[in-house]
Amino acid sequence: MSRRLPPQPGEWIQRDKAVEFRFEGREYTGFQGDVLSSALWANGINVLGRSFKYHRPRGIYSLAGHDANVVVEDRLRSNLRGDVLPIRGGMDLRAVNTGGGLAGDRYRIMEWLSPFLPVGFYYKAFHTPRRFFRFYEGLMRRAAGLGRIHVGARADMSRKDYAFCDLLVVGAGPSGLSAAIAAAEMGATVLLVDDQPRPGGSLCWQHLDAPESRSDLLEKACALPNLEIRSNTQAAGWYADQWVALVDDRRLTKLRTRATLVASGCIEQPAVFHNNDLPGVMLASAAQRLMKLYSVKPCDRAVVLTANDDGYLAALDLADAGVVVAAVVDLRPAQSCTPVAAEVAAHGIEILKGQAVYEAVVSRSKNGIAAAVVCCLDQNGQPRLSSARRILCDGIAVSVGWAPNASILAQAGTRFRYDSQLQQLAPHDLPRGVFAAGRVNGIFALEERIADGRQAGLAAVAFLGHQIEVPASVPRSRTAHSHAYPIFDHPHKKNFVDLDEDLQLVDLLNAHQEGYDSIELIKRYSTVGMGPSQGKLSNMNAVRVVARLNGQSLDQTGMTTARPFYQPVSIANLAGRRFHPYRLTPMDGWHRQAGAVMVPVGTWFRPEYYATKEKSRADCVLEEAREVRRGVGLIDISTLCKFEVAGPDAARFLEQIYTGRFARQNIGRMRYALACDEMGYVTEEGVVARLAEDRFYVTASTAGGEAFYREMQRWAIVFHMNVVLSNVTAHMAAINVAGPRARGVLAEIAEVDIGATEFPFAHVRDMVVAGVAAIVMRVGFVGELSYEIHVPADKAAGVWDALILAGRNSGIRPFGTEAQRLLRLEKGHLIAGHDTDPLTTPFEAQLDWAVDMNKSFFIGQRSLRIHAGRPLERRLVGIAFAYGYLGELPEECRLIVNRGQIAGRVTSIAGRTTVGGPIGLAFVRPDLAEPGTSLCIRVDAREMSEAQVVRLPFYDPDNTRQT
Amino acid sequence: MKSISCPINGTRPLQEFQYGGEVREMPDPDRASDEIWTDYLFNRRGEPGVTREWWYHQPSGTWFIAERDIVKDEFLRTYLYGSETCDE
Repeated sequence: MSRRLPPQPGEWIQRDKAVEFRFEGREYTGFQGDVLSSALWANGINVLGRSFKYHRPRGIYSLAGHDANVVVEDRLRSNLRGDVLPIRGGMDLRAVNTGGGLAGDRYRIMEWLSPFLPVGFYYKAFHTPRRFFRFYEGLMRRAAGLGRIHVGARADMSRKDYAFCDLLVVGAGPSGLSAAIAAAEMGATVLLVDDQPRPGGSLCWQHLDAPESRSDLLEKACALPNLEIRSNTQAAGWYADQWVALVDDRRLTKLRTRATLVASGCIEQPAVFHNNDLPGVMLASAAQRLMKLYSVKPCDRAVVLTANDDGYLAALDLADAGVVVAAVVDLRPAQSCTPVAAEVAAHGIEILKGQAVYEAVVSRSKNGIAAAVVCCLDQNGQPRLSSARRILCDGIAVSVGWAPNASILAQAGTRFRYDSQLQQLAPHDLPRGVFAAGRVNGIFALEERIADGRQAGLAAVAFLGHQIEVPASVPRSRTAHSHAYPIFDHPHKKNFVDLDEDLQLVDLLNAHQEGYDSIELIKRYSTVGMGPSQGKLSNMNAVRVVARLNGQSLDQTGMTTARPFYQPVSIANLAGRRFHPYRLTPMDGWHRQAGAVMVPVGTWFRPEYYATKEKSRADCVLEEAREVRRGVGLIDISTLCKFEVAGPDAARFLEQIYTGRFARQNIGRMRYALACDEMGYVTEEGVVARLAEDRFYVTASTAGGEAFYREMQRWAIVFHMNVVLSNVTAHMAAINVAGPRARGVLAEIAEVDIGATEFPFAHVRDMVVAGVAAIVMRVGFVGELSYEIHVPADKAAGVWDALILAGRNSGIRPFGTEAQRLLRLEKGHLIAGHDTDPLTTPFEAQLDWAVDMNKSFFIGQRSLRIHAGRPLERRLVGIAFAYGYLGELPEECRLIVNRGQIAGRVTSIAGRTTVGGPIGLAFVRPDLAEPGTSLCIRVDAREMSEAQVVRLPFYDPDNTRQT
Repeated sequence: MKSISCPINGTRPLQEFQYGGEVREMPDPDRASDEIWTDYLFNRRGEPGVTREWWYHQPSGTWFIAERDIVKDEFLRTYLYGSETCDE
């Protein structure tokens, strides 16, 4: 049985392109342009899905993306909505949420169990006993009403785009088009989005008596080069400062607009009566969409239930399509009569005023309806059952009211108020830069919507700063397009307020009786509005019910909060691409070629060690360290943060930033530098080299230096210092050559004499190294003779190669961060941020020598004065395990225990060293800090280890090797 | 995502910026009592209304001051430290 109509003007289907697809294992044919629901309906299929809880048959209801019971899946994708899913050749779809197929769904039994499943059943039934949770979980997951997750499916990477415009217009109906045109004509860059495949909105299916409106508007819109129209694109979410997520089938576009104009129209609302969910009962707008867009007959014999003129127009459309309209049932009392009602009467259609459809009668097949039971309404709007009359029909078109499609407006912070003339919500208070037009704004007549769009478009342009005159706003419609209470109780229930979640009127009544009297509570308890369509077809009626139960106005009852997204968005659109930029040093390629194992350090990658065949990591590290101690090694330290501090106040500035003295530092000298925060806690350490009277070169740590630089910049402003700070971290690369043979290696390529007297310890020199101008510092670093060579990054790889070449006879070899850490630990150097925590004072870290409390001011000084007057709470000390210690070593952060009390923790540990046994650093209570004290350190839950406090450093205490 | 107007670089998205805390005047460290000093260190105003805050534009390394209504999360104006009077 085909329900396809002869060609209709403006239909969206292409009759020359047949599309074959499978649904529930059977072959069907539709046309290009069909959605799944329309194609199946055209084939005479009534049951397109099963309801969430009771597994009742469901068909077309809104045909606008809100049919949450017609959800299908194929082998790759799940939870596709049949009423908006375009069919394509070869599709093989099945309905979700069935037991063994749609037709014979074995979960239909749930309907018979429904008396035992009251509202809140799950909360009441599945909370004890706890040991059954696993079992309950399985039950719940199967009953969740959604499709399977196809774990084997290929991960789809969706594109992310950025876009910018002056004005975003949401909704390409008459008001949206008119608004976009008005704004674009004034020169604004306008983006017009619509979630339908073609622009025009309701002009495509409701106002076909005015075909010129659509073609006029589209013609004007297309002629404007600064107006872009995107169809099939939903405005999914509105975020702070006009940041809007646009989603289409290929990508997520992050749009920054300067103003947003919402012309998203209205969503038609259901009437609540017995069996109002069965296939055949649908919104009048769905029936019109079905006829006009897809040329499919909704039914053969229809009853129209209405409370506005839109229903009468739908009745005329049905009659035009060859449907027998058995009656128009008008909820409004007899006195009102409009021209369109007269036209309907002229077609010989019976009009029943002041009456309601009280129930739909189930057809013998149980998959549709056979009749509508119509009753007169009494003065209270309740059906008088004595007047009940049965009208045979296989379809009921419902047009009893509209709710503003308010999602984007509400997300943007618009407040709505109930307009008692319209009997619906309308925007009351629009935020700055947000505009509304058309039906969402409570304006219904076509010409007025077009005028309202123009007005809003011009108002938006004026907001953007154009000097134009904005016409007066269009007044709201004065006749109600919605009924105040299209909701009818029934002894046999099955009068659904929420089709998504299978909530009947009685469920809301019971929830209210149980004490849930606010809409937000009822929502969460009964789950009304929490289904896939997020209450687009149910919130309005639920608010009406709750308002009546509470004896409140609708404004007092309020609305639930609208949150992104407007419609479900696939996770592929939300999944970000892995985008964590990291930095590579100029020698990165060399390291990798040399077998380096790279580790992330801050935003950089550094060689941890250079792997050698058949050698363990620990062996490689130890060997690299030994080579530095007895020969020469070199390490890439380009990742160090490097700053230039210049200007007349440079020395004074450094005095205030660092704890030490720099004012009288000689040119050509280099000093250790320690910085604290205002609370006197250690934040950074590095070296300061004075290159000239007013020019310093400063290094700071790889991981913390950038944040430190930021604070330096701020202090320079606050202190009103005449200094220029430059972060040259990326500009300069650095190499450290260390070991007893370092001088010999560097001497080969340095173009000056670097003898011990010409270039002593703690000095800095500008010199040419391997033909490159370099800043070279004699630093301690790893406790050996060492040179830190800073060169422009683009020349660094050449200098590295030259050093390798110059050192080949000395057995030079590179070492990584692990060997560096070991060598520095042996020398007793702490790592700020590793051996210190954010509450470590320099006194605790035994760095008193680097702090000059007699200076007039430095950051942290005032707080350190307070600290200095108090007894120390802990001290950082060196710990050593017995030579040949064979037990397991404690990991870093393990506790030191003294007489059952926590007395400290380990901060660094090294098992194999060049100085003998295992060593480490630890914070201990001051009374345990004396060298020679024995410490108990926890290894794990059972085992303890023993170590001794020793004097630092572990290696070369007289500093004979580095100077 | 919010946008913030940097006095040097113009309006840029929030992700380019870093928050630097309330603007606070450091009391004279030599005169301030321990109580006043620790109050400066550890207490913040945080009351609803307009606050003056430090913000940092990361790509360009620009510190500036923003006056922000923290109830509405609205930036009222931004300017460089010390230039608020010449700005008006």
